[in-house]
This record gives sequence, C-alpha cells and structure tokens, in this order.
Amino acid sequence: MEFYFLYMGVIIINAIIEVFPVLMKGIHITITVFILSVIFGYLFAFIAGLCRLSNNIIIRSTTSFYVEIFRGTSLIVQLFWLYYAIPMLFNIGIDNRLMAGVLAISLNYGAYMSEIVRGSILAVDKGQTEASIALNLTRFQRMRLVVFPQALRMMLPEFGNYLIQMLKATSLVSLIGMTDILYHGNILRSTNLSMAPTVYLLLLVFYFIMALPLIFLTRKGEEISKRGVANG
Amino acid sequence: MNINWKWDMFFDAFPFILKGIGVTIGLTFACFLFALVFGFVWVILRRIKFKPINWLVTWTMEFIRSTPPLIQLFFIYYAWPMIPGIGVTLSSITCAILGLGIHFSTYIGEVYRSGIDSVDKGQWEASVALNYSTRQTWLKIILPQAIPPTIPMLGNYLIIMFKEVPLASTIGVVGILALAETYGAEHYRNLEAYTIVALIFLVLSYPSAILINKLERKMNRRFDKNAVMQESKGAVI
Repeated sequence: MEFYFLYMGVIIINAIIEVFPVLMKGIHITITVFILSVIFGYLFAFIAGLCRLSNNIIIRSTTSFYVEIFRGTSLIVQLFWLYYAIPMLFNIGIDNRLMAGVLAISLNYGAYMSEIVRGSILAVDKGQTEASIALNLTRFQRMRLVVFPQALRMMLPEFGNYLIQMLKATSLVSLIGMTDILYHGNILRSTNLSMAPTVYLLLLVFYFIMALPLIFLTRKGEEISKRGVANG
Repeated sequence: MNINWKWDMFFDAFPFILKGIGVTIGLTFACFLFALVFGFVWVILRRIKFKPINWLVTWTMEFIRSTPPLIQLFFIYYAWPMIPGIGVTLSSITCAILGLGIHFSTYIGEVYRSGIDSVDKGQWEASVALNYSTRQTWLKIILPQAIPPTIPMLGNYLIIMFKEVPLASTIGVVGILALAETYGAEHYRNLEAYTIVALIFLVLSYPSAILINKLERKMNRRFDKNAVMQESKGAVI
C-alpha cells in the first residue's frame, strides 16, 4: 500500500514536470487576451453607460440596442458569430483570432458593466446635482467633478467581480483556435488521455492563481466603496 | 461592401437547429435544479463553526467560482474517468449537469446566505424565547422569511445559466449551438446558423429578463421592511 502511494506520487510529479512547460507556452496568449479585454471592456462600459444617460434619444436607443443584444445572447455564441459569421457576412477574409476573441469578451462584459456605470451614476444623491447647479457648474463639470467621482466608488466592487468573470471568459478563446493554455492542455490530453487529470487540475490551479490577486482587488474595492467619500 | 446573406439558407437551417432547443432548455433547468439543491449544501457547510473546515469550505467555493466553467466541464468529462479508484465514466449530459450545476451552486449558496443574513436578529431571539427546536426555527421561521426575497436573484441566475449552457456543446451535448456547428460545417454556411442561435437566445432570454425585473420590483415593494412600516404607519394615522 505504501509502495502504491509512493509509486503514484512519482507518477504525478513526473506528469507535472512534463505538463507544466507545455502549458506555459500558452500563458502569454491568455494574459494578452485578458488585459486587452479588460481595457476594452471598461472602455465600452463607460462609453455605453454614459451614452444611455444621454438626452439624445438616438444615442440612447442605439446604446440600449447594443446592451440588450449582448446581454441577451451568450458569450460563446457571440464569439463564434464574430469569428465565423462576420467575415462571411461581409465577404472579407480577415482571420484575426485575437481581435475576435478580445472584441467578443469586451463587448459582452462592456454591455453588462455599462448597466453598473448607469446605475451608479443614477444612484448618486439628487442633492449633489442640485448643489452643483446652485454652484453654477456646467453640465460637464457637474459630471466630472461631483457626480462621477462618487459614482466610481459605487462601481468598484462590481467591477472587481467582472474582472474575475473576464478572466474566466478568456478560456473560451481556445474554442476559436487561439493557442492559449487550455488549447495546449487539450492537445496534451488528446495525445495521452491518462494525463488528463494532471492537465486539467493544473489548468484550474493556473486560473485560480491568476484570479487570486483579482479576488483581493475586489475586496479592496469593496472596502473603498464602503468607506465613502468623506472619510477617504 | 456587399452583404452575403441568404434567406433560403436561413429558413433551411432554422428547423434543423430548432430541434436542439429541448436539450438546451432541459439542460438549463436540470443544472438549475441541481444548483438550487447543492446551494443548500454550501450554506450548511459554511455554518460549521470549526475554523479549519470553515476556511477550507470558503476557499473551495472561491476556487470553483473563480475558475472557468469550461475547464471544469473538461475536467469532469475527460479527467474524472482517468483518476484511479474513484473515477467513473459519465455521459456528456450528466457531466454538463454536474459541472455547470456545481459551478453555479457556489453562486446560489451565496444568494441563500444573503437571504438568511437579512432575516432580522429578533426572529432568532424570538424563536429561542418560544422554545423552538433548531429544526423548527429553520423550517418555520428563518427559511420562509429568507428564501422568498431571493427569488428574483435566483431567476437572474437561471437566465445566466441558460446563457452558459451552450458551453456543454464542447463536450458533445447536442443543443442548439452544436446543431448550428454541424449545419455550418455541412453547408459551409456558418453565418445563418450562428445568427439563428443568437436569435433564439435573444428571443428566450430577453422577455424572461424583463419578467424577472418586474418580479424584482414587486418583491422589493413587498419585502422592503421600511416601506411596509411606512405603509402601516399611514394606515394607522
């Protein structure tokens, strides 16, 4: 029995030594997709969130249309649609996986997060707006100096949660053939099925380690938003 | 730029893809039920006061929640049967129910917990004062007050799960997405096939989201304690 455990231990350590470098080959793709998606995701979120509060009905309804479309369908469908269907629709031969992957993730989560931006701005006390009107601030100054800084604090916890969601979503890009860590893992599994447990366990641990700083960041964001503006 | 859209392809693909709708919706509800039940398991486990176990449970939940469901599905489908001793081969549908069910049960467990935490402390004290047993306290006092306010949140998770279910096509569950892939590969027409899938999702999830939103507003009015107090005050005066 003891011998069995020792034997298993050696097998597992060997497998990890064998699997680890292969998976690391894809780590830069995963990280690139994640960082780009986060940047564009927040960009879309702020643009769409502010546009939905616009006085112009055309801007407002176009943005609502975008948000409802992307919130109403699932990310994997959007990813396939952007990668397989769009080039066919316009008869163009672009084969840019990175663009399709980043666009799908950032448009999808941008739509979700725009609701947070909108909700937080609406949640800022009406008295603040009234006070800034009384102080003769322009509409732009009112948003930039008074409402937005307060709204930003309210957004932080949810934004942290969506960071983790976006990290999880990056695993989907392997489905359109990007060579991220999951892609390399899948190749390893298809050549040697007995390695599957090590491969997928390592992948899960990889993602968890990448998520850990984000989890702490989210908690930090919660703290900041709880503390309020006055004590900050 | 000329647009390359073929309506005949659209109408040809539609009935073919629609055949998968039963599997997709059925799988959504199966996963949801599993998550609803398993969510309670997390609630019970988290109430264990013993520090190391509490810590372990918290971080297990965190681990499941912050790793991609896609890899969890692959783990259950490909890796689980390979583990010596405890491994069993499962059908792809079972794997999908287990994988997505466990993933979302951690979220639903948190929803339950927030509901239980929002029950007034006086209710616990009252049940002690009235000499209720633990079982009675939970079943007759705490849960009936804790769960109904969470129903809109649970509804939201149902819609979120519906949108995650197409992930199961990667391990061979033949829902609408897998059928669209098949159709697209056979006819070299991905465009219409994937558009149909997107439309089906939109048509099903958008109205349900509106419905849940309405329910939420109704529930908020019903369960908002301050509103109730104000209303009753108004009635007295």
